Amino acid sequence: MLVIKDLYAKVEGKDILKGINLTVNAGEVHAIMGPNGSGKSTLANVLAGNTNFEVTHGTITFNGKNIFDMSPDVRAKEGLFLSFQYPVEIPGVSMVNFLKTAVNEHRKYRNEKELSAGDFLKLMREKKAMVQIDSQLTNRSVNEGFSGGEKKKNEIFQMAMLEPKLAILDETDSGLDIDALRIVSNGVNMLKSPYNATILVTHYQRLLDYIVPDFVHVLYEGRIVKSAGKELAFELEEKGYDWIKKEQE
Amino acid sequence: MAEVLEKITAVKRISEIYDTNLATIGEGLPGWVNQTRQPALQAFQRMGIPGFRTENYKYTDLTRLFDNENFRRSFKPDDFEVNLNEVFSCDVPEFDTHLILVVNGWYDEAGNRNTSFPEGVIVKSLRKAMVENTELIEKYYGKLAQSKEDPLTAMNTLFAQDGVFIYIPDNTHLAKPLQLINILRSEDDLYVTQRNLVIAGKNSQARIMFCDHTLMPQQYINNNLTEIEIGEDAVIDLYSIQNQHNKTASLSGLYIRQAGGSQLVTNAITLHGGIIRNNLRVLLDGEHASAKICGLALSDKNQHVDNYTNIEHIRPNCQSDQLYKNILDDSSTGGFTGRIHVLPHAVKTAAYQRNNNVLLTNAAKMNTKPQLVIDNDDVKCSHGATVGRINDEALFYLQARGINEKEARLMLMFAFAHEVLAEIKIEKLRDVIDKLVNKRLRGEVSKCHSCAMDCIR
Repeated sequence: MLVIKDLYAKVEGKDILKGINLTVNAGEVHAIMGPNGSGKSTLANVLAGNTNFEVTHGTITFNGKNIFDMSPDVRAKEGLFLSFQYPVEIPGVSMVNFLKTAVNEHRKYRNEKELSAGDFLKLMREKKAMVQIDSQLTNRSVNEGFSGGEKKKNEIFQMAMLEPKLAILDETDSGLDIDALRIVSNGVNMLKSPYNATILVTHYQRLLDYIVPDFVHVLYEGRIVKSAGKELAFELEEKGYDWIKKEQE
Repeated sequence: MAEVLEKITAVKRISEIYDTNLATIGEGLPGWVNQTRQPALQAFQRMGIPGFRTENYKYTDLTRLFDNENFRRSFKPDDFEVNLNEVFSCDVPEFDTHLILVVNGWYDEAGNRNTSFPEGVIVKSLRKAMVENTELIEKYYGKLAQSKEDPLTAMNTLFAQDGVFIYIPDNTHLAKPLQLINILRSEDDLYVTQRNLVIAGKNSQARIMFCDHTLMPQQYINNNLTEIEIGEDAVIDLYSIQNQHNKTASLSGLYIRQAGGSQLVTNAITLHGGIIRNNLRVLLDGEHASAKICGLALSDKNQHVDNYTNIEHIRPNCQSDQLYKNILDDSSTGGFTGRIHVLPHAVKTAAYQRNNNVLLTNAAKMNTKPQLVIDNDDVKCSHGATVGRINDEALFYLQARGINEKEARLMLMFAFAHEVLAEIKIEKLRDVIDKLVNKRLRGEVSKCHSCAMDCIR
């Protein structure tokens, strides 16, 4: 589904990613872990097409297509979803209008008929119940005045609405209390299927108690320095990142 | 030196136009009206055409406009063969108004023949009212708008012949809004003067819309002045929709006095126009009066939109709240000057002001200036101005959900604009204007050959 080859990227002139290789197949859950500043969020943003991040080398294909040929909205419509680490507040844009536009843009892209207002509201009710988001939140402007936890739940709700093939969750667990973490994780687990894949970008092992990964990768100084099964996460939890740093030196 | 010479020339030329047409201009009007002209002429000659050197007009230089014009003056109403009511059906379904037509500054007697108003309410030609309702008019005419204080007021008073007079008796609540439609229509370039007077009695309630339109592609200068007296505890909403083509200069003045306990809302929506200058002066002249003053301007190409507000807190316990927003595209320019003057006795004043602007290009330019003069200690005042661009982070967020860049930008611009539109209290009108602004942002309202309110069909 996703194939990243020898990826280099810069932010504000500084090299952050220095040769990433990663393959993600349908049905898989990958966790990307690593200390602060290792390039985890950069990778997530490069995948989504944030132009603040400059790719200097390498290729990324998504379902066989070169994603560098696609603008962020086309990537989304091809089935790529980024759950933002810091979802932005957009006063004046209502959740309903925003989601209706997004859902219908996806449908148009797939040559499907746009949803009627009634069908859209029905879909929204279903998905809200599924991810247990407070129904009042969708009456407001996008993320405006939402608490940290509400913002993250809102990301998962949007994911449920858009049903992506590949979801990249960028530090979705940060700033969540245990209850919110459970709700967010349940949402992710419910959306999981043999046809889609998930990349969890996380600093802590905590999230992996709720969402069990098939693969764990450790990102350090812009490269994946270790890949293994879920047991690697427990090892990291126990020993921290220092032993990996030492191994690299 | 050349500039100074030209300036003298424009003032001289306009003075000559007045001298030559003096008899026509004053014909059929009472002496006390015509007696206001000579002082206006002197004031105009003293102040000249406002330009960069005129402090209150530093963002809008009108000297070039007046140096280059030699437009026909509409000293008499034009006869039109076409029935304007047919050309111009503004009856948006579910949005029912009392329609008042004004053509080239003249109250359209034929067009307004069939309009009826609730008992006691007077809506008529101002010149007719000057003769028939002398007592009412003489008391208020030219009192709020003083020729000696403003060159555009002086010019308006100099040439004023007609416009609309509206009188709402005490305790009268108008259920339907009054919709005053100003149409500019001429086969040659035209200079139009319009003068309106509105008197809202004690505890009256009314909503008045001013819609400015151009029906033909000629160049126009429209000098429009409205004085409004708002009685105690009256609730008055004023909405203006400026939708004229880009060869129009709209120079308008709105002068309002509020008595105690009255509530005012003004909302000026500028969709199109060449040079637009809106002067607004509100006197909070009675305790517990409140004014909510809003404006939204969308400009592109070489348009220029300048809002100048002057809020005078004269009595204690009054509140004013201003919100002005501009979205500027291409090489358009904009200005906002918000003057708040709190007088020594006006204790417990609350006066707020905000001006937010979005520039869509590097060539667009916005000047914004708050001007607070506060002469006592017991006040709450705030002001804030921002000039910025579309938020890139928000744009990326929308795109990352599958919304293309163009659509995402539109959503953000519309969200920005909507804060002003949300202040429109008539729900149906708000919906209509919402749609209109949305269309304007999409570039779909480009011509104004029909009423803006008609565009939603």
